Amino acid sequence: MQLSREQLLKAYRQMKTIREFEDRLHEEIPKGLIPGFTHLYSGQEAIAVGVCENLNDSDAITSTHRGHGHCIAKGCDVKGMMAEIYGRATGLCGGKGGSMHIADLSKGMLGANGIVGGGPPLAMGASIAFRNRGKGEVAVALAGDGSCNSGPVFEAMNMAVMMSLPVIFVFENNGYSEQTAPAYAVGAGKTDMVRRAEGFGMPASKADGTDFFAVYEMTREAVERARTGGGPTALEFTCLRYFGHFEGDAQKYRAKGEVEMARETMDCLKNFRKRVTDAKLLENAEMDQVDAEVLKLIDEAVAEAIAAPFPPDSDVTKNVYINY
Amino acid sequence: MAIKTYREAITEALMIEMDRDERVIIMGEDVAGGAGGSSGVRDNQSGIFGTYPQFHARYGENRFIDTPISEAAIVGAAAGAALAGLRPVVEIMFADFIGYCLDQIMNQAAKFRYMFGGTSRTPMVLRTAYGAGLSAAAQHSQAIYPIITHIPGIKVAVPSKPADVKGLMLTAIRDDDPVVFFDHKALFGVQGEVPEGDTAIPFGKGMRYREGKDATVVAIGRMVHFSEAVVDKLAKEGGITCDVIDPRTTSPLDEDIILASVQKTGRLIIVDESPPRCSVAGDISAMVAMKGFEFLDAPIQMVTSAHSPVPFAPNLERAYLPSGAKIEEAIRKSVDF
Repeated sequence: MQLSREQLLKAYRQMKTIREFEDRLHEEIPKGLIPGFTHLYSGQEAIAVGVCENLNDSDAITSTHRGHGHCIAKGCDVKGMMAEIYGRATGLCGGKGGSMHIADLSKGMLGANGIVGGGPPLAMGASIAFRNRGKGEVAVALAGDGSCNSGPVFEAMNMAVMMSLPVIFVFENNGYSEQTAPAYAVGAGKTDMVRRAEGFGMPASKADGTDFFAVYEMTREAVERARTGGGPTALEFTCLRYFGHFEGDAQKYRAKGEVEMARETMDCLKNFRKRVTDAKLLENAEMDQVDAEVLKLIDEAVAEAIAAPFPPDSDVTKNVYINY
Repeated sequence: MAIKTYREAITEALMIEMDRDERVIIMGEDVAGGAGGSSGVRDNQSGIFGTYPQFHARYGENRFIDTPISEAAIVGAAAGAALAGLRPVVEIMFADFIGYCLDQIMNQAAKFRYMFGGTSRTPMVLRTAYGAGLSAAAQHSQAIYPIITHIPGIKVAVPSKPADVKGLMLTAIRDDDPVVFFDHKALFGVQGEVPEGDTAIPFGKGMRYREGKDATVVAIGRMVHFSEAVVDKLAKEGGITCDVIDPRTTSPLDEDIILASVQKTGRLIIVDESPPRCSVAGDISAMVAMKGFEFLDAPIQMVTSAHSPVPFAPNLERAYLPSGAKIEEAIRKSVDF
């Protein structure tokens, strides 16, 4: 692992930005200005960032309904994202998509996705384009544990192996598929979902998704393999979702103290800080400085989103087609 | 008569049938919720829309089944279980997700009876929540009942009122053909009188919810409520009175109630939450144009959503949907023709 100080500090900034973005939404949603359903990513930051720090803008990711972290990690503009979540004209999608459909094709972010399991076939398809283009680009499907029981995901994995495509299937196992645990819903091997991917004929491995370095390193190997024609890989990263399936979920299925315990003992940001300060790679002071900058950015993003106009009503039928 | 919510009416119908017939089972994603969770508590929120209170405790694992997120397998399993003698009720949480399991509906359940020469029965119900109004955006808001109505072999219910939800659900579960049952997700809290006991309502029988003489407003699902509000306002202002007709099922469709009303009023306005192309509104328009042309004193008016995906921003979503103002404009245009 040869991450530079700049890379480490950037990774910390990205994870912190995701955490503050989501925690702030958790505070703002009850105020009633954010329309629709919102699914928060807090607790999973090391996965999005550990994966995406291996990628360039020309590489692609697909995402899920819980997509804010993926968007930030892939470089989407935070203020544009916030405005989108508030349904404003200044949002990344002009207020058309909202929380579940944020996309920025210029950053290789092929869209958050409201359909569980919607992303992996899309990533596999993007990787056909990359293979044919021959420039070593890769596609990563960031998918949840819920999607691992979806038929199209299996079909995508098989086709990826069949064509030896440069695609990586990342399963973020955050403990709950909506409100049902994979311990119940994944019949074979209980919570070990990547063993199925091995059955399709691709390398598969599993790591602690709250450990940025483990995620980064395991993804680095997979990306290297994909870029050099070695075909697809499946990765499972375990973590714990800090909030409910959606904001407003009663979460009666969770034991008391489960999240508090995770925040205390397996928090990716805390772990990162400890690792880099113990190893004298970064100073606490410089990360404190990042914290302050991130908080300011999120404050500005919320204020600017609230001040921004809604899209004009005439936008309803705009962009249904390119040409009609 | 007791006042109940649309949600309570669904629950009541499901319980009547679950209690009455052990062949009835319920399957779906998070129908109880909480399976495998760290607290061990089931019945997390009684299904995502709260329609199954304590069903897990009451009916047990064999008849009330939490599934993985596997829509195609869920609906295929319902069709197979129905062929094998059960009467499954399966939930696809949001109607948009029917995209994943359309084959199981369209190529499997719908066609068994016909393909097998009348030798099979497929008594299954697919329950699903549809509709815009909650800023749930393009993949959680669609009114796709026309797509399903198009399929021969499937019956389709799109109820608007608590009493109808109960009565039609009883019929749907008892019906030996496959039924897709659309609940509007913005109607779960709506209240209305719900008769006690076994109050099955036949499919293909519409209901007139307002009576008038100047125009016929045919409305589907949540649009019945929108239309009633406009028609009440016009009646109160004096001058224009309208029939408001809810077909309640789009397949079979009660053509008689619509034609009889149009014969009386000479004017037809159809209010349908779906986009306009190949819609139920278009279907009813064509039917009246073919069978009731001589009754019409004005062109048929359709008030539908826009020919676009459902937008997220609340103002765009309102602009997308039919509204009271658009319905009133259509009624006036028809009456003033």
